[in-house]
Amino acid sequence: MPKRVSLFVTCVVDQLFPRAGMAMADVLERLGYQLDFPEAQTCCGQPAFNSGFWDQAREVAAHFLDVFEDAECIVVPSGSCTAMITHHFAGIMEADPALLARARRIESRVYEFSRFLTEVAGVEDVGARFPHTVTYHDSCHALRELKIKSGPRQLLSAVSGLTLKEMDAAEECCGFGGTFSVKFDEVSGAMARTKIESIHRTGAEYVVSIDSSCLMQLQGALSRAGSPVRALHLSEVLASR
Amino acid sequence: MNPIPEQKIHDTLANANLQLAIYDATARLMHKRRTALDNPLAADFEAWREQANRIKRHTIENLDHYLEQLEQNLVHNGGKVIWARDATEAADFILKLAKDNNALRLVKSKSMTTEEIDLNERLEHHRLDVVETDLGEYILQLAHQRPYHIVAPALHMTRYQVADIFTERLGVAREVVIEKQTMIARAKLREKFLTADIGITGANFLIADSGAVVVVENEGNARLSSSAPRIQIAVAGLEKLIPRAQDLAIFLKILGRSATGQPLTVYTSFLAGPRRAGEIDGPEQFYLVLVDNGRTRVLADRDKRQALYCIRCGACLNHCPVYRKIGGHNYPWVYSGPIGAILSPLFHGVTEDPWLPSASSLCGACGEVCPVKIEIPKILLELRNDVVKAKQREGSGKLERWAFRIWAFFMRHPKLYEMAGMAAPAILPEASGGAWIQSVALPLRIGPLARWLSQRDLPPPAARSFRQQWRERRRQA
Amino acid sequence: MSRDHILHKVRTALGRSAGQAVEAPPTPWIKIPEVSMDARLEQFCKALEALNGKTLVAGSKEEARQYAGTLLQNRTAIASNAPFLAACGIHTIPGVLTGIIDRVALRDACAGCDVGITSADYALADTGTLVLLSSPEEARMISLLPPVHLAVVPRDRLLTGLDELLTVLPVPSQRSSSMVFITGPSRTADIEQILVRGVHGPGETHVVWV
Repeated sequence: MPKRVSLFVTCVVDQLFPRAGMAMADVLERLGYQLDFPEAQTCCGQPAFNSGFWDQAREVAAHFLDVFEDAECIVVPSGSCTAMITHHFAGIMEADPALLARARRIESRVYEFSRFLTEVAGVEDVGARFPHTVTYHDSCHALRELKIKSGPRQLLSAVSGLTLKEMDAAEECCGFGGTFSVKFDEVSGAMARTKIESIHRTGAEYVVSIDSSCLMQLQGALSRAGSPVRALHLSEVLASR
Repeated sequence: MNPIPEQKIHDTLANANLQLAIYDATARLMHKRRTALDNPLAADFEAWREQANRIKRHTIENLDHYLEQLEQNLVHNGGKVIWARDATEAADFILKLAKDNNALRLVKSKSMTTEEIDLNERLEHHRLDVVETDLGEYILQLAHQRPYHIVAPALHMTRYQVADIFTERLGVAREVVIEKQTMIARAKLREKFLTADIGITGANFLIADSGAVVVVENEGNARLSSSAPRIQIAVAGLEKLIPRAQDLAIFLKILGRSATGQPLTVYTSFLAGPRRAGEIDGPEQFYLVLVDNGRTRVLADRDKRQALYCIRCGACLNHCPVYRKIGGHNYPWVYSGPIGAILSPLFHGVTEDPWLPSASSLCGACGEVCPVKIEIPKILLELRNDVVKAKQREGSGKLERWAFRIWAFFMRHPKLYEMAGMAAPAILPEASGGAWIQSVALPLRIGPLARWLSQRDLPPPAARSFRQQWRERRRQA
Repeated sequence: MSRDHILHKVRTALGRSAGQAVEAPPTPWIKIPEVSMDARLEQFCKALEALNGKTLVAGSKEEARQYAGTLLQNRTAIASNAPFLAACGIHTIPGVLTGIIDRVALRDACAGCDVGITSADYALADTGTLVLLSSPEEARMISLLPPVHLAVVPRDRLLTGLDELLTVLPVPSQRSSSMVFITGPSRTADIEQILVRGVHGPGETHVVWV
């Protein structure tokens, strides 16, 4: 079991949701891990990759490899950024064998936060207390690329005082989809509204996810609808005392 | 390069009845599939998918071999194969056949391939009476619309719209009871079946080792089209091949369940040539029109030819959150939903509708349900890359290209990245108590920011980024 | 010529040459379960009844004939030339047409009758499916045009399912120009997803096991 963990907080958390990143750091430190935050980190390249700009995505991905080359274990508060590294780096580096080999070497050392807790640290109860009703949103890339489904639910269920209520459309996309959210703004907005109807049907006070981009979409739509429901990153719940 | 049909999409989203119709119908189809897969009979479903994928891959990779085998066996069964490079060749053959046989009336069962080649329009243009006989297709033919969905073509229509169409086009008294509407269609179409000279069907599968065409359906109209008239024509894309009749053991099981949640559809017809000596009924002549119409172009793309594995079950449409909002008629071609978003650019090139591969949130639900395991999300991503390259060649899309170049430059230079991040709070309105931003000042109300705000509030930029907070935390420690 | 043109394009796309050998396709996925005849009958009846079909497991040919007689009361019917129907005495029920061998005459007769009576070459227990092969004994139209379809079938033709059928008949086209699987009454859900039976084919399906 590694004692030292490198954080890749992602650009979205760094710039918009630092709280989620700090909470993740809190949880990991409480579990006894030594944390390292390589300051040269920026983004995984996903925005360019998903938009078809693979040359630019590759440049940014290569920068990620430069920064994290020597990290023993990398923990990421995002399912889709993790999947970008573990599932898509290789695809855009095929033409560059040296780069490809570096990408292949890093894949097995990158963990989405909840998976790190359940599968590497081997914990379910992190000692958190959060006396609220919560519903969990399956982020698409975490669910379908990383096959993460039960881990976050186990972690939430172990939180003292927390009631987990499943929504009927837990696996349905929130409508974010990167640049999709602005290229097809109306469709994206309609998808978010369908999702928040499902959230509202649970009566939950919070919707929890392991992807900050989903949370940005959902909180943005909740806020626009005047809903009292708040969107939280899993780390924020797990860091609560 | 067609732009995004924004107005049409807006109209679809703003039509509350239509939204409900699409959402309910797809929800029901998803539920039926789920129920069928939860049945113990489908315990091997994942293994069937894997096997179906392997068989399709093998067939497509050796397509010439199986095409020749199919032809040889079909000719042995007394049928004839017509190879059509495109829509015109397919229609020309049918026109000539009709003329040679003094045929004026043709009955047709549901076929996406004939939709794809606009067969009805081409035949009607030569004053032939072509009648769609699948109930949904019949309604659409009367309404002059194309299918809204691969499996449920009139999914978007209500009984009241059907009543209007029947009254207007068939001259019958207004009838809004669905059972009675169905019986009106049955009576009208029964007469057509009994007087038609030629029946046209599609094909769900072409069986190489048997020289046969397999058609699955629930209504009985494909059986009638193939067996009542004296001439049968099956129109099928080249890619519909599977090597052996025994492969149906998995293909029929995955098709019915994925499409409508049925272990087997009501009718499965295995048709191998005209009626034989001693057989009482069945057609006297049997033709298979094998249509290329762009398929060989798709075949040439090694990474994406797997799109040709598609068995047209429609599951990816039902599970697609984008299809469930924009419906079937905002896609530029007859194939809608995720499979349409990859087939259309593969058949026609990415430059015609360069927005199409981007009309997806990449949620991956399509790939998860595809019974032949086509990697639809991966192909969508590759097509987006093809679009970028095509635009670069044509010198268009400069703004987006430069935006990503500059973005990548910043992302490779952490100091610049950090400075840019610090600028955001200065530009955007002060966050009051962490409240989300509902609007921004006019000069900022452009581009992606405006489009984000058209639907949702914007997170207030953090006063201090993670890295700034981290440094402080480390200093204090 | 379009044929050669298309085949050439296919081969170019795949990097293959004419006549190039093909490795064997993956072995067919065939799994035949062990199911007793009584269990098969139960499965078949359950599956078909779930689709609104009617079933009867008759103790004798006479019982099958009685069922048909009751069903046919005051109705016209056309029966196929299957010897098993004759053996059950179906052909001698009043009002039953049989023995037609002309294509058009048969079609017109079917279009005018209330009930079509056939046997079946095989049946599939797990899905409640009848399998009919076109032949001098079984025409295509009888199970299709009349609003009611009655099949009278000897129980030894009941297979476990599709996999077993494709083992018994690995290349069905060797037997007939047409093989059809019938799984319940004709149905549609094309308007508002509302289920309606009997759209083009029969709205009622009866199967009597002898």
